[in-house]
Amino acid sequence: MSTTRPPSTISAARAVLYKELTLERRAPQTLTAMALFCASAFVIFHFALARNEVEGALAAGVLWVTLALAALLGIGRSFVADREEGGLDGFLLAPAPRTALLVAKATTLLIFLLLVGFFAAVIFSVLLLGPTPSASQWASLALLIVLADLGIALVGTLIAGIAIQTRARDLITSILALPLLIPLLIAVTKASEPLLTVGGGTLAWRWLALLGLYDLIFGLLAYALFDYLVED
Amino acid sequence: MPTTKSLYGRRLPGYAIATAIVLTGAIALAFFYAPIEVDQGFSQKIFYIHVPLAIVTLGGFVFGGIFGIQYLRSGDTRHDLRSYTAIHQGLIFCIGALITGSIWAKAAWGQWWVWDEPTLVSFLIVFLLYCTYQPLRFSIEDPERQARYAAVFAVVAGVFVPVNFIAVRLASPLIHPRVLGSSGGSLPNDMRIAFYSALLGITLLFITICKYEMASKHSRAQLAALRRNLSEENDEPAAVRTAAPRIAIK
Repeated sequence: MSTTRPPSTISAARAVLYKELTLERRAPQTLTAMALFCASAFVIFHFALARNEVEGALAAGVLWVTLALAALLGIGRSFVADREEGGLDGFLLAPAPRTALLVAKATTLLIFLLLVGFFAAVIFSVLLLGPTPSASQWASLALLIVLADLGIALVGTLIAGIAIQTRARDLITSILALPLLIPLLIAVTKASEPLLTVGGGTLAWRWLALLGLYDLIFGLLAYALFDYLVED
Repeated sequence: MPTTKSLYGRRLPGYAIATAIVLTGAIALAFFYAPIEVDQGFSQKIFYIHVPLAIVTLGGFVFGGIFGIQYLRSGDTRHDLRSYTAIHQGLIFCIGALITGSIWAKAAWGQWWVWDEPTLVSFLIVFLLYCTYQPLRFSIEDPERQARYAAVFAVVAGVFVPVNFIAVRLASPLIHPRVLGSSGGSLPNDMRIAFYSALLGITLLFITICKYEMASKHSRAQLAALRRNLSEENDEPAAVRTAAPRIAIK
């Protein structure tokens, strides 16, 4: 009698991740919507603030508020196709660890956020940013985008898992995500401020430490709690 | 079948009487025993309400998270009811802490809201997060799923509270008095006695209201079950959407 071993967490996560990226490649929805949202938001900020250029704290605020709101679009779409097309039921019927779904969904969201983050940073520097950051400042900004997007992806996946089972999915996603992301946004805007200032500045390590702590805590929380969200 | 009194009401009268006595004593101590503060004058008396409210609020949220963990581990709906009640009352106490904090800010710094004050800002963020607890529960119809998702929220939000306080404190210059710290701004003994009495009184008030709410919800469920048993049809009532935990009584 032949026996089939259940897939490991990594192989199951890889399969779900491949499915997610293939879906987005064949029918681009989330990425294009997030990117268009960022570009439109910068145009709106130009008129709302009545400025051609921004710098310092204002620039950091405009950039990260835009990215946070764009992230809400990605979080809101995270489980929608699986819920509507029965993908979630199919996954639950498979003998795969539930953690694989968390890993795959968080990685997908992280990839989307990184692509949109780097796109938005370039567009922002062309459209609105006054000072021209040096190469080292761009590298620091890239590090911030990676750390912040990792936290947003972890929290976002947890929230998407909660919101998908509710009647008011879009409302719940927004009102849950924004307060939970406030500590992350405080850290990342404060850290970005000197990088977007005329004359420039360096990255403050305490904000990086806070971002790392946020990522670690919510990563552990998501790992510990995600199984309870996909029990049925 | 356990009765409401055996589950939640046994010590309720004792807690209610103790709350009335300790709170009255604490108010008397705050107004007639504790000295008038030199810098802020009489307006500093609000400190004896504001700080205990804030501490008890955070305690309520932490216990909401702990009961959430217990529900996830055991599936016992009584833990869900405890978690719900702790967060529900914590939210009401949080509103009290925000209002009294705002009044204190007006008296001390001349403005109703001070963004440089990290504790007040942190409380606002925590309040905004916990405000989503009721809409989240209300938007899930299945009682078991509602309880499970609410427990996950309670744990996440419980962990969020200290992270949020660290972030806001790092971002703001410190102007809030550290009333119980080891250096600077520490309370003199007569103020400390009044403060701890008020803290005990507010804690007892929180426990009493929580027990009362749990007893009220349980007795209402028992009454509905009795009516159902007495009625001729003996049908299950149509499910009503509610944010509160549903207590199953046969």
